[in-house]
Amino acid sequence: MSLHVEGAGEVGGQRMEARERSTRRLTVGWQHAGRPAGLREHLDLYGPLPAGRRGHLDPRSLIDAVAAAGLTGRGGAGFPTGTKLRAVAGRRGQAVVVANGMESEPASEKDQALLARAPHLVLDGAALAARAVGAQTVHICLDRNRRRQADEVIQAITERWEARLDEAQFLVHELPHRYVSSEETALVRWLNGGEARPAATPPRPYERGVDRAPTLVDNVETLAHIGLIARYGPRWFREAGRPDAPGTMLVTAAGSVRQPGVYEIESGTQIGQVLNLAEAVDVGAVLIGGYFGTWHDPRQVAGLPLTAAGLKPAGAAPGAGVLFALAEGRCGVSETARVLSYLARQSAQQCGPCQFGLPAIADDLAQLAAGRPEGDVLRRLERRLEVIPGRGACRHPDGAVRLAASALTAFSDDIRAHAARRPCPAAYRRSLAGLPIPRTEDEWR
Amino acid sequence: MRWQLRIDPTACTGHGLCADLLPERIELDEWGFPIIHGDVGASLAGHARRAVRACPALALRLETKPRETTRRERS
Repeated sequence: MSLHVEGAGEVGGQRMEARERSTRRLTVGWQHAGRPAGLREHLDLYGPLPAGRRGHLDPRSLIDAVAAAGLTGRGGAGFPTGTKLRAVAGRRGQAVVVANGMESEPASEKDQALLARAPHLVLDGAALAARAVGAQTVHICLDRNRRRQADEVIQAITERWEARLDEAQFLVHELPHRYVSSEETALVRWLNGGEARPAATPPRPYERGVDRAPTLVDNVETLAHIGLIARYGPRWFREAGRPDAPGTMLVTAAGSVRQPGVYEIESGTQIGQVLNLAEAVDVGAVLIGGYFGTWHDPRQVAGLPLTAAGLKPAGAAPGAGVLFALAEGRCGVSETARVLSYLARQSAQQCGPCQFGLPAIADDLAQLAAGRPEGDVLRRLERRLEVIPGRGACRHPDGAVRLAASALTAFSDDIRAHAARRPCPAAYRRSLAGLPIPRTEDEWR
Repeated sequence: MRWQLRIDPTACTGHGLCADLLPERIELDEWGFPIIHGDVGASLAGHARRAVRACPALALRLETKPRETTRRERS
């Protein structure tokens, strides 16, 4: 995993000024350390957490500050964080906070990078969120295959405990590594002693979550931003980004790029600029958002800002901030077939349309990829893509279908050739960077 | 008065009885799982209730539609 925090690069042939003050926030100081910042180092860098009345920032002004900052969730859904805090705080009963550090998106590395460098910023945000919603417990959910990460987070918690820094108690949980295990209802089910499979909603976690209590589930990057907003205020937060998408965000650039890794960008940075930062070369197609995302012609999306509103016209969404550049000469049909096969295996096997529909779609795409279609594969696939979405307990089938459908559009010429038994030579090429397919567990508990 | 059929997707095991009893609103996909088309008015309410009762997995529900929604969708 590599980290890029310079904030400078070639953009449109012109050297972009390094804008350290506005774009390096979460990643300040990362280049100095190949290890997590300790508590003292962290407080030297960012300053102490603000004290309000009776020595503490009061819950209401904290929620107001987050709402005024316009912070949105950085885990993929992009829901306004202030609204969520308010909803949990307004419920009866003692609330619970869950910090989601699962990062099950295979092409994303941002949360791992953040926890590896600035765990205290995440813990600050989690402690503040707990104060805002009146929680005494913060559950931190991590992937159990990342043992070093858990050790480092526990080390950071120990430092805070010794410094008597927080009122809330932190508990670290290590969950099975599955694509859908990071879904918020899956976390809640696991924390309640069940399997890490998504549950049907309602009730949503904010209504009834861990131990039936109102539960705030936030991505770790979202929490880190709360740690900064509490210190420097909403106006400062809005100095970066755009009015409709304020602040900075972490993105992961991968694939056919010379500098793959995690970047902190201003929200609203154009896709082409991010690809330039990562020194993308010979890009044939770009996957925006992750494995629930969409494929695009890089020339058509280069000028679009990486925000929900900016990408909507192109039918795309930022997701968890993933940009994967597919090398020219790599077959998009084959790549999509590989990912669909992975997503089909990742189904929680709870809902028929997902359990049976995703393998069927994956099989159609595999036939296309190999140039060996059985029957009218395109018609069959299109019909399947129409009937599956919206019929699962979670959004897993919808996301998988979105990716498959976008491949039919973005690679339409290739698709037609493959369907006519003329697969491209690239379909057999494995030398260039392809989409990562992680090994996952069979266990759900 | 109008009603909406809802399926609990994790409970449904694809028996398909609902589509036999209410073919006007329920179609089965190629794997035998129901797809719901539209809501239910008074003329089909009896059949819809029968379909709900017949579901061996108790996965089908009939919910009253909120007033505003009903009015908007009628017009």
